[in-house]
Amino acid sequence: MLDLVLSLLILAGATFTFIGSLGLARLQDFYTRLHGPTKATTLGVGSLLIASALYFSTRGESISLHEVLVTLFLFITAPASAHLLSKAALHLHVRSLAPLPQESAIADEGSAQRQKDSPSAESNKLFLKT
Amino acid sequence: MHRWLPHPLITLALTLVWLLLVNSLTTGQIVLGLLLAWAIPLFTLRFWPETLHIRRPGLLLRFAVRVLADIVTANLTVARLILGRPEQLRPVFVEVPLLLKSDLAISLLANTISLTPGTVSSCLSANRDYLLVHTLDTADADALAATIKTRYEAPLQEIFESC
Repeated sequence: MLDLVLSLLILAGATFTFIGSLGLARLQDFYTRLHGPTKATTLGVGSLLIASALYFSTRGESISLHEVLVTLFLFITAPASAHLLSKAALHLHVRSLAPLPQESAIADEGSAQRQKDSPSAESNKLFLKT
Repeated sequence: MHRWLPHPLITLALTLVWLLLVNSLTTGQIVLGLLLAWAIPLFTLRFWPETLHIRRPGLLLRFAVRVLADIVTANLTVARLILGRPEQLRPVFVEVPLLLKSDLAISLLANTISLTPGTVSSCLSANRDYLLVHTLDTADADALAATIKTRYEAPLQEIFESC
């Protein structure tokens, strides 16, 4: 019975991970390709990890809970890396199927800060002279 | 209290993470975990300028369950879209106006958006007024922004920011 559940979980995990990677090949532009790896793989890796936790908890001497941690870290890091990738792509004006947002919409905190700071560059120079 | 234990919640969470990492519950490991969890927030104090307040723990739990359920639907939706006909997708950039103010709440919202159906958060505007979200397949962008606001932003605001 347990073996059946484990095999189902592993198969489901493998299928979802495969579909996620397939998305890289089938989708048309950079931004839509991001969706495959961030989502389809979370459930894929998730079910593989549940299978691993179940297996080692029943076969090993003690309960195995490492997997909870792996899932947690995955859920924190996958969206963060997707966010950074798409932000970088926006700044580089990567070709997109969706109409790109206006330039002002993607100006980040750093560049806004720099623009704000630029008038004070003069005063900085003065400060350095004295 | 505030100087020596700046973030009690982070200390608690770090202890739990440590116990999960070493995968054991002996007294020695608990003491070591508590020691590390006490020292790390002190050394990373500058990284967490604002104190953490969870005003409604029950709601946070319900929110987590809802997000987990949404992650499963998100996977099925995206899988269906990938296997379907990719030429017919209608990707859009949507600007979602933000009511949230605290860093933690905004990053949690961005994380949630990336994990749930067909959306990836792409950019936070300079003055934190809105979040730019890329969606895989949307017919009605305004409806999507409204859903994000009611479904995820409202609970987060209640959990972390309500007065």
